[in-house]
Amino acid sequence: MATDFVARGSDLDLVGIRKEFPGFTALDHLDLHIPAGEFFALLGPSGCGKTTTLRLVAGLEEPTTGKILIGGKDVTASKPHERPVNTVFQSYALFPHMSVLENVAFGLRQRKIEDPLKRAEEALALVQLGHLAQRRPQQLSGGQQQRVALARALVNRPSLLLLDEPLGALDLKLRREMQIELKAIQMEVGLTFLHVTHDQEEAMDMADTVAVMNKGHIEQMGAPEALYDRPHTVFVAKFLGQSNLFIGDVAETSANSLSIEVAGYKISVPKDRAEKHTGKIAIGVRPEKADLHQQKPAPSSSENLIGPGEVLDIRFTGVSNQFLVEIPNIGLVTVFEQNEGNSTVALGDQVYVSWKVDHSFGLADLPDSVEE
Amino acid sequence: MRYSLGRAALPVYAVLALVYLLIPIVYTFIFSFNNTFKSNITWRGFTFNNWLTVCEEQGVCEAFGNSILIGVTSTIVATALGTAIAIALVRYEFKFRSAVSLLLFLPMATPEIVLGAGLASQFFNIGAEKGIGTVIIAHVMFCLSFVVVTVKARVSSLDPALEEAGSDLYASPSHVFWKITFPLLMPGIMSAALLSFALSFDDFIITNFNAGPTSTFPKFVYTAASKGIPAAANVVGSAVFLVAILIVVGVQIRSTIKERRLRAVK
Amino acid sequence: MAFAAFSGGSEKSEYKVPRKNSTKVALALLLPGMIYLALFFITPLVSLVATSLEVPDASGEIGRYQYGFEIGNYWYVIQTYWPHIARSFVYALAATILSLLISYPLAYFIGVRARKWPLIQKLALALVIAPFFISFLLRTFAWKQLFSNESWIVTTLQSLHILAPDQYLVGTDFMVIFGLTYNFIPFMTLPLYTALERLDLRLLEAGSDLYATPAKVFRKVTLPITMPGIISGTLMTFIPIAGDYINASRDFLGSSGTQMIGNVVETNFLRINDYPSASALSVLLMAAILGLVVFYVRRSGTEDLL
Repeated sequence: MATDFVARGSDLDLVGIRKEFPGFTALDHLDLHIPAGEFFALLGPSGCGKTTTLRLVAGLEEPTTGKILIGGKDVTASKPHERPVNTVFQSYALFPHMSVLENVAFGLRQRKIEDPLKRAEEALALVQLGHLAQRRPQQLSGGQQQRVALARALVNRPSLLLLDEPLGALDLKLRREMQIELKAIQMEVGLTFLHVTHDQEEAMDMADTVAVMNKGHIEQMGAPEALYDRPHTVFVAKFLGQSNLFIGDVAETSANSLSIEVAGYKISVPKDRAEKHTGKIAIGVRPEKADLHQQKPAPSSSENLIGPGEVLDIRFTGVSNQFLVEIPNIGLVTVFEQNEGNSTVALGDQVYVSWKVDHSFGLADLPDSVEE
Repeated sequence: MRYSLGRAALPVYAVLALVYLLIPIVYTFIFSFNNTFKSNITWRGFTFNNWLTVCEEQGVCEAFGNSILIGVTSTIVATALGTAIAIALVRYEFKFRSAVSLLLFLPMATPEIVLGAGLASQFFNIGAEKGIGTVIIAHVMFCLSFVVVTVKARVSSLDPALEEAGSDLYASPSHVFWKITFPLLMPGIMSAALLSFALSFDDFIITNFNAGPTSTFPKFVYTAASKGIPAAANVVGSAVFLVAILIVVGVQIRSTIKERRLRAVK
Repeated sequence: MAFAAFSGGSEKSEYKVPRKNSTKVALALLLPGMIYLALFFITPLVSLVATSLEVPDASGEIGRYQYGFEIGNYWYVIQTYWPHIARSFVYALAATILSLLISYPLAYFIGVRARKWPLIQKLALALVIAPFFISFLLRTFAWKQLFSNESWIVTTLQSLHILAPDQYLVGTDFMVIFGLTYNFIPFMTLPLYTALERLDLRLLEAGSDLYATPAKVFRKVTLPITMPGIISGTLMTFIPIAGDYINASRDFLGSSGTQMIGNVVETNFLRINDYPSASALSVLLMAAILGLVVFYVRRSGTEDLL
């Protein structure tokens, strides 16, 4: 039955989009290509322009300049009801004066498609809500409403499905369940999904490609693993997970790597993992990539080593222990250690921190607090 | 002891105040059953006669009919114009917003006598014949702002995403309005219409200035007051009151049942 | 029913969505109503001002006037009718204060104390609105009958020597103010109720937690928070009372000694066809009310008006 909904999605292209509202610019020269059939996530904090981007694609806002193409066809001037796009709204926006079934059939009726009720029933079956077809939306739970909204959009077999924080209103457990379900449905129907969220775990978990947005532009785009492993900017390094950053002037350059000097320590990064090779740069490492040592380890050219510093705080989270170490003249460094039950590091201990040079990443910019 | 006395004082006061509000209503109702002789001032015994022969009193039913006609017509016009304005105020960006707000607020803040005399002087200056038409024009004018305020509250509480979802699901702007916006605004529009009808039906001052020879129910009562209001007027007043109460109670019961049903399923 | 018109404070949209920027549609929605108000609200006011400056025409016939620019009409009405003008505002002030005093505890009971019993709250609210459903004139006339010279109320008061044997109630200042107060209490109670119903009780608890006595909590917390309701309630009663002429009319609760601006305007306009003086009086009334409204607008901003 679900095969009825299999349709090839379409490419989406945003070309040179700029969107101004009275008093501020929401999007500044945005270019984006999403290939057909991909699960694409726009990730960013509130006010970064991700929802505006979605509304532009849906046709609910008009760009100030730029073009929007769906499947290669320019739809910039089309009204929302003329676009082959459907949206799952953040508030679900289910029509309270219609039954669940009529909600799902609404788009079909508008397009005068045959057998709207039969198709709507099939779509409800796809999201396992066939038995609630005659209810009013207000009589359903949040998770059920979310699925109705999904069915109402999917039943139209749009070229592109837009999801505006569709899981935002659900509690954590239901949220994780729906993430799995949503991903499964996307794989099943093969549509292009454009998913907007501020939840980094959700984006990383579900999307093929994630674009991290900040202040009206895309900071970095790529597969979730790549984004996490090699953030290009301070914003991405801090927004996706946690990072320790070290700032200093490039002091040494070899064939494969470069090093900065910070408070007398040499911190290296492979050249192909650094965005900038000269001047003052920031080098970072993820907390779980760093190790703690109670004795000073033997120096190695493939390891960065700093310390000793004092353990200021230990937080026990179950899976890992999180240590906060203050290294003199550098500041606070966070280290996560897998909870294997053999940690002997205690509060107030003097420790060394090391990590593989290959795990370092060099950023293109510096934190706001640092002057160039 | 002092404390509990204090707690009881307010409810007791509220009951007394409500009784005070209801005294004239009860009086009017009781005296609609008075077995009158010439005047309806002293109680002379109970009878249904006034209710059964209400239209035999000269002018009452004609005046009542006019009031209904005027009320219905001006309600329809005022509700249509006011609903459009309410939607524009909430959903659209336009210049001179505060000028529009002011223009809508002023009629509510103008004493009726000024509205009535102003319109009457305009009709007089342009030589318009006063009658049902001029009364309807006047009533639409003063009902309009009340409609806007009432419907506006409903539009503000309507999630704009519902209309966006409609156009996202291939509905043209006019379909979005008639299939989504309008049905969802209906409760607000209905209460605006009821309010508008009530205002029009009970208006005396503005009507008196602009009706010319046309009689309405309040005008009938006013004219009759100098020689004593006939029991038929009490009958009409009480009947209108009962109908209004029935409507209000009916609407309340309906919404309560709806709420219960929703809660029961959840 | 919706009496949002009388509600205190502003009704802010719950949804933050940029307003649509389609001037054409906005105009199409706004224009019919705005043109209507321009034609039948603004123009009549202009016409009223024009009429107020007219002079009797050359023929000297009663009820025939021509355009002049007779500012003197205003001096004339102020000199002739100053007792009516003063009476209107004294009555309106007295009745407004009385209805505020009567309404506030009632609204407090319905909006705060009765929260625990929704059914009682709904019923009490319905009873407050109930007078709207029966003709204003019939209600006023009912009071006239209840307080008539032969009524047991008057005879009792006379036998208790509160009233002299030849003293009655109908036709007195007291009776007119009583009627005005009664008729406009719902217009006061509803906005007060709206303000009190929104009152967050935790604020009162915080107040008494911070060592304020109940009287102080009322003065420092409840009263300021419900001030918008008080302002819109007083406006919504004062304005119609100042222009009313039913209660003060001889056929209802008044006498020749209780005539208000409205009575003069009615007589001059509809009975003796003295349009200029009736118009001048109306314009004066409107100007006074506008002064009040400007004060209100200054306090709350135009967007809050609706």
